[in-house]
Amino acid sequence: MSSAMSWLISGFEAVSLARAQFAFTMSFHIVFPAFSIGLASYLAVLEALWLWTGREVFLNLFNYWLKIFAVAFGMGVVSGIVMSYQFGTNWSAFADKTGPVIGPLMAYEVLTAFFLEAGFLGVMLFGLERVGRRLHFVATSMVAIGTLISAIWILSANSWMQTPAGYAVNPAGQFVAADWLKVIFNPSFPYRLVHMVLAAYLTTALVVGAVGAFHLWRDRHLAGARVMFSMAMWMATLVAPIQLIAGDQHGLNTLKYQPVKIMGIEGHFESHPDGAPLYLFGLPDEKAGKVKYAIEIPRMGSLILEHDLNAPMKGLNTVPRENWPPVPIMFWSFRIMVGMGFLMFGLGLLSLWARWRGTLYEWRLLHLFAIAMGPAGFVAVLAGWITTETGRQPFTVYGLLRTADSASPLAAPAVGASLISFAIVYFVVFIAGLIYLLRLMALPPHPGEAGPPSHIPARAAGITPAIESVAR
Amino acid sequence: MTAAIDIATVWAFIIAFAVFVYVVMDGFDLGLGILFPLFPAKGDRDTIMNTVAPVWDGNETWLVLGGGGMMAAFPLAYAVLMPALYTPVIAMLIGLIFRGVAFEFRWRVKSERNRWDLAFAGGSWLATLAQGVALGAILQGVHVEARHYAGGWWDWLTPFSILTGISLAIGYALLGATWLVLKTEGPLRDRAYHLAWYLLFAMLLAIGAVSIATPFLHIQYAERWFTWPNVVLTAPVPIAVAVVTVALLRSLADKQDTKPFFLTLLLFALSYLGLGISMYPYIVPQSIDIWQAASPANSQIFMLFGVAVLIPLILAYTGWAYWVFRGKVRAGSGYH
Repeated sequence: MSSAMSWLISGFEAVSLARAQFAFTMSFHIVFPAFSIGLASYLAVLEALWLWTGREVFLNLFNYWLKIFAVAFGMGVVSGIVMSYQFGTNWSAFADKTGPVIGPLMAYEVLTAFFLEAGFLGVMLFGLERVGRRLHFVATSMVAIGTLISAIWILSANSWMQTPAGYAVNPAGQFVAADWLKVIFNPSFPYRLVHMVLAAYLTTALVVGAVGAFHLWRDRHLAGARVMFSMAMWMATLVAPIQLIAGDQHGLNTLKYQPVKIMGIEGHFESHPDGAPLYLFGLPDEKAGKVKYAIEIPRMGSLILEHDLNAPMKGLNTVPRENWPPVPIMFWSFRIMVGMGFLMFGLGLLSLWARWRGTLYEWRLLHLFAIAMGPAGFVAVLAGWITTETGRQPFTVYGLLRTADSASPLAAPAVGASLISFAIVYFVVFIAGLIYLLRLMALPPHPGEAGPPSHIPARAAGITPAIESVAR
Repeated sequence: MTAAIDIATVWAFIIAFAVFVYVVMDGFDLGLGILFPLFPAKGDRDTIMNTVAPVWDGNETWLVLGGGGMMAAFPLAYAVLMPALYTPVIAMLIGLIFRGVAFEFRWRVKSERNRWDLAFAGGSWLATLAQGVALGAILQGVHVEARHYAGGWWDWLTPFSILTGISLAIGYALLGATWLVLKTEGPLRDRAYHLAWYLLFAMLLAIGAVSIATPFLHIQYAERWFTWPNVVLTAPVPIAVAVVTVALLRSLADKQDTKPFFLTLLLFALSYLGLGISMYPYIVPQSIDIWQAASPANSQIFMLFGVAVLIPLILAYTGWAYWVFRGKVRAGSGYH
């Protein structure tokens, strides 16, 4: 009996460590794809504009951001491989039970996206002089399309864990697919996909905008800086409001399929039969079952979520305590995400006004705001993922498979040792990478900008006629 | 039922194919990292890096396909083997992180280049040893109860797994050396020829040692190889190894550029075939066979459509990328 007890305790600790490891490695990983999805598309647009207009500034910007893309993409790849093996190392029970359903989705991600990105990346980085402009543009486009296809499959898999559909359970206790279309297009998938891809585009636009603003600050006539700043501010102006709508729709979808997550986000411990308030800020106290020091707008919660001031809303008091998500974390991460969203919306509006007045490249305050907003996309992406993933707790497959029943049968010291190893390695490697990225961004884009550094030579003249056309 | 059996076998071959493609493609990349300490000159190192810079990322993707495909097609095997190989897998991932970022980081700041060269070499060594150790640990078998790994987190560490770890490092180094013979010229290539000689003899010793040790792990391995009539089918493998070795020695003696690399690939293929003969039909040796580990037929069939269309496509555009960057990589030319 006592040995069973100690096994339970040590099992619980190993689960906590495994969760910490997943949260840590995932948080590091997600910022790179979020950035490279947007940047790959931006690079494709820049190259298309160069081919279309022939203006050199687009080629310079392409080469400028290509060097940054190369560094960020590499970090995304190596941190992503860790994720794909972590299902087996730390979450083997989960892998055994869900492998037949989400395994194929991830296999399709590898087959349709990862190979496409990796296969054409080399040509994109080093091949312009070898394959010529048109084929090189094809390569760039393939990498951009690959990042989007990758987002589709992985968000389908993630959404299935949030809103499982189209499955059956076999005698071995594994989830199996009953209907693949229902598995892939599960209820939260379309909303999550739109929300995440827009987030990636906004994140990249804010980085590009901040870099452009930084160089405008030093030289407001720098052509490359003007073009990138203007393009980025158009993105913020157009995409930020769309994202607010997409986020709202995603929230309504969550209310329908994961109402407990919404209760946690809203801090609704109690039920409100006559319309629920919107807590703007406050300190959720799970023990007391209420939000302390709350600043609230009466009935606003019902208005936003049900579009009716008097709509009754159930609270966490209708949910068994062992099925509660960790309310304080998601309450705050959600507000950080939404706050960032409104700031992005504000930046977009302000830049539109400056554009209309003709001061887009002169208005220092706008540039300062844009520089400050550079990391805002990453903050919002992380806060959003923390909200949705902690909101799914205490389940890995929502309502069906508990997190505690998903972990590997490993002793806590093993998981703890690997967690410490990853923490040290990630801090050393990714902080170095971040410094290199910031150094690249601190250099101004200049005429005759070169691509990624290498000694890979163009083929000897005469073999590839494309060299001459590129050199011109 | 027969359909399910057939499709599990098909998937066993697909996963085996993905792992083999990974082994040979990332094998020469990692081999370059293993040989890196032997090429201290900056110019040589730049050239060595550039022979794989455009393709390493695609090479590593096969590892993701091997792992992801295994979770999808044989989830039980994935769920048992990953915890059993916990330490080597984590070590491999960390090695691959250092190796992978070094490709870009080493160009960024001149004064920090040595640091990332060290990360490239150290990461390659760590990842390779971990892969070799993992192979040995799989061959010697793991302790399974119900649907779980039931052993400790150091069970993988045995003299046999250390032997396979070192053997794989030798093999990858030989692949790396013959790749350099293929892709470089001048003193660098001569140096690679020289190394390939030593490494080939070391590799033959390693193949011999692993081949002798394996039958002692399980009586089933010995029966598979040495009992009548199996021996009719298994004997050609060592004979073919001998033939390929002679051809490889001659190609090195004749200072040929292309043949040594492809003959080394053939040597790897034969060694891999030998492993397959020992293991089949088990995916976790002597515990779980491919039919027990297989996911339901509808999962495997769903993926088979994708594989049938996409793998040929992937091989085609990967081949194109290699073709674009074909030929010798020269030192010093190009842009910075």
